[in-house]
Amino acid sequence: MGGFEIITDGLMKALQIIISGDPEILAITALSLRVSLTATILGALVGIPLGFLIARSDFFGKSIITTLINTFMGLPPVAVGLVVYLFLSFSGPLGFLRLLYTPEAMIIAQMILTFPIVCGITISSVMSLNPKLKETLTSLGASPFWEARVLLNESRLGLITGIIAAFGGAISEVGAIMMVGGNLLGYTRALTTAIMLYTNMGEFATAIALGIILLLISFAVNLFLTILQSRSKVKRTI
Amino acid sequence: MAFLSIQKVSKGYAGKLCLKNVTFQVEKGDLLTVVGPSGAGKTTLLRLIDRLEEPDAGELSLDGKGYTSLAPQNIRSKIGMVFQNPVLFNTTVFNNIAYSLRFRGLPEEDTLRRVNSILDVLRLSDTKERRALTLSGGEAQRVSLARSLVYEPQLLLLDEPTANLDPYNVSIIEEVLTNSNRENDTTIIVVTHNIFQAKRIAKKVAFILNGELVEYGNTEEFFNNAQDQRTRSFIRGEMVC
Repeated sequence: MGGFEIITDGLMKALQIIISGDPEILAITALSLRVSLTATILGALVGIPLGFLIARSDFFGKSIITTLINTFMGLPPVAVGLVVYLFLSFSGPLGFLRLLYTPEAMIIAQMILTFPIVCGITISSVMSLNPKLKETLTSLGASPFWEARVLLNESRLGLITGIIAAFGGAISEVGAIMMVGGNLLGYTRALTTAIMLYTNMGEFATAIALGIILLLISFAVNLFLTILQSRSKVKRTI
Repeated sequence: MAFLSIQKVSKGYAGKLCLKNVTFQVEKGDLLTVVGPSGAGKTTLLRLIDRLEEPDAGELSLDGKGYTSLAPQNIRSKIGMVFQNPVLFNTTVFNNIAYSLRFRGLPEEDTLRRVNSILDVLRLSDTKERRALTLSGGEAQRVSLARSLVYEPQLLLLDEPTANLDPYNVSIIEEVLTNSNRENDTTIIVVTHNIFQAKRIAKKVAFILNGELVEYGNTEEFFNNAQDQRTRSFIRGEMVC
């Protein structure tokens, strides 16, 4: 069977698998979504406030920290997986938590990947705001809380871009979750690790089906965030 | 006691003095225009009054209290500032104005009522739900004025509020300023390079040239009986700097 036939055959089988609603595939899909969405939300919860603080403060070493965060935006997932593995392994400093080969370990690894992406894009978005906005807020009597709220609202298009990029990175990575999750069927098997496994086993149809599901999920989440992004241009947000 | 007192105030940037030993007082309910050519130090004066910057020397006091004894937010709670090129927030016109009241913790019901009222005063009601960044220059300036007026400041500062605006917008802004001054006793300081505007709306006029206060007096006196030769030259439209 040629490569093209494998693909068309795979596509047909993929369609059958998706329509039939195979429970194993559904479980894998659900886990992938849970892990990547949680990691993205946690990464945003840490990355946005920290990025805002870095952008709005003047301190010694600011440019070094910003450069470091920008560098970490391109962290190799497999390297992150290795570090998290070493920390969570039974002999590691956090081994007592017994998190290795659990979905929680996968979330931790992906959060480390998503946090610098959200943080770096937040820094860039907030720093590119018109400096007169801050002065206007000061003059209008905004408290630091309101100032942060309004400035983050002004940066919202950039923040959503950061979240889109972070989720895209998380849902598509394989190295980190493979190392700390272990790809255990029914427990830590995610879409990307399953694609790798089924490809190695020669079950291309299943691998292609999972690939299509991965693409569809990525498309759906991005579509939702993009709609949110475009609506936020006109919506009364606060 | 003067409402706003400016005593021997100086301010410089990069070794160049923009304001030199300026002293004058503004009474409650005054409508003062500060005139002078570009670069005279008029905007710097407003920024010092709004405490966006600190003077290098001299003292300012508001309502009998020295600026140094007051927290900046206490001073700004009594002051509204309208910048020459207003920066509006990327949200609706309604929100742009409502922010000023939300910053002060006003209940949403009161906010709605007061914002609608000021929108009406500034003839902006039909732009209420429009995104502020799509407004024309005149509308944007009116929104900027509305968001300062809505919290009823005791002192309103305006930096060239009608520069480059069409006569329709100029007349609305001037009308709102004079009404606010007359009906609410709002003390107003308008920086302008337009002496005709000063003549139309001001009760008092100050003339600043190269950072120095050259002349200060009632509008009629200022235009008809200026003491300083440089003031008379400026009024006649001659080059004075």
